[in-house]
Amino acid sequence: MASSPYRERVLDHYHHPRHRRRLKAPDLIGEKDNPVCGDRVRIELRVDDEGRVLEAAFSGDGCIISMATASMLVEHVYGRSVSELRRLTQEDVLRMLGIDLGPARLHCALLPLEALHSALEASRE
Amino acid sequence: MLDVERIRRDFPILCRQVHGKPLVFLDSAASSQKPLQVLAAMEETYRQCYANVHRGVYTLSEEATCSYEEARDKVASFINARAREEIIFTRNTTESINLVAYTWGRTHIGPGDRILLTEMEHHSNIVPWQLLAQEKGAELVYLPITDEGFLDLDRLDDLLDERVKLVAFTMMSNVLGTIIPVKEIVEKAHQVGAIALVDGAQAVPHMPVDVQDLGCDFLAFSGHKMCGPTGIGVLYGREELLEEMPPFLGGGDMIRRVELDHSTWNDLPWKFEAGTPAIVEGIGLGAAVDYLTEIGMEAIAAHEQEVVAYAMERLSALPGLKIVGPPAEHRGGVIAFTFRNIHPHDLAHLLDLEGIAVRAGHHCAQPLHRRLGLVATTRASFYLYNTSEEADRLAEALEKVARIVGK
Repeated sequence: MASSPYRERVLDHYHHPRHRRRLKAPDLIGEKDNPVCGDRVRIELRVDDEGRVLEAAFSGDGCIISMATASMLVEHVYGRSVSELRRLTQEDVLRMLGIDLGPARLHCALLPLEALHSALEASRE
Repeated sequence: MLDVERIRRDFPILCRQVHGKPLVFLDSAASSQKPLQVLAAMEETYRQCYANVHRGVYTLSEEATCSYEEARDKVASFINARAREEIIFTRNTTESINLVAYTWGRTHIGPGDRILLTEMEHHSNIVPWQLLAQEKGAELVYLPITDEGFLDLDRLDDLLDERVKLVAFTMMSNVLGTIIPVKEIVEKAHQVGAIALVDGAQAVPHMPVDVQDLGCDFLAFSGHKMCGPTGIGVLYGREELLEEMPPFLGGGDMIRRVELDHSTWNDLPWKFEAGTPAIVEGIGLGAAVDYLTEIGMEAIAAHEQEVVAYAMERLSALPGLKIVGPPAEHRGGVIAFTFRNIHPHDLAHLLDLEGIAVRAGHHCAQPLHRRLGLVATTRASFYLYNTSEEADRLAEALEKVARIVGK
């Protein structure tokens, strides 16, 4: 399984997720689910006055791909500005994952990004 | 006993490699592979005698019409229909069921009437009835399943009364694999004056089905699950019901005479076949019926039974593997399962990397999965070309997956 998406780094994030918890007082919350496979990702952020992420966490249930991506994504957002994170694209997430995913699994990897964008959308209001 | 090695040579796709491993195709319950005989019949039609059917007075059209209508005769005799007029060609099982809902349903179901379904139905045998019930103010009632994955037939008498106008149920669950005692349910439905529609999508490709013996009023099934092409399906209906039903789609071929403000309808079965039909697909289905008939449906059912019993034994020995549904002797060639706490999409993906094609998800049976307390399952399904060695490959791959995913 040399070309497997289930390589060590991905499995490590799945088995030892970073920041998988709930924040006490999040400023921004985004939640997305996929009823087809039952995956659910919630991303919570605490941001300072300049719009920089002070703290981030995720929670939810799902497959290896969606949970590992959520873990990597939350690790990535620390210290970055909200405006920078708004520009985060699908390609950025796939680069972060570092694996090839066919169209059937793409939605698993993108669910955490959708949750993040939904949280950032909330900051506009 | 089937000569499976010989059968496998009829299916060129089974020779291919996936991710560098020989393909193990275990998703025939979703759609089966096609033998050379079907591919050849379709290619021959396109190469030698293709033209639009019906009303053509030239040779090609007559030949195409003849082959297409011959396919109808083959299907009629395959399920032992009384007459060819009882075989309506549709796109698939879903369209067949919708045809009944839109024609028979709209003229026979009214406010307060009940439609009895079961908890193990595929969405295609739920949603058309929901649409009809919403339109007519009718009510859907569901026969529950037991924890073992059987229909709770003890509840049938309670639920069947004169308010029930239609009982629609599968002959074999596409998730649990359970084979349903169709005759018993049809008889009870008829006792209260209800019509019985059987979803034969999973059963017709895998076991002998005789509509006269079953006594059902309608039977729906798909060509693509029984070695035939996509785009062609069948609705069997009792002639007297079909005669009095209004047409489904309007257009060419289904009319006798068209005036500016009204039309009269063609005879059965064409009354329900508007527009240019799936001609070559119909001929392909005829070839698939020939292919299955020659091998024998009894033999196919016996072979699947043997492979499934073996596969269940192998799989259930794996720690953390849970199979849903009844024991092998009560099921067809379908095994849905959960494995440790690995998400079915991960599982199917990891198995694909081993060359094994299985399906993961709710298999278009969300209410059933909710009843089972599961979001999704992984499903391996077997057909005439599958072997016990392939069940071994599946079991070995699952062991490997457990090692990779760890924990």
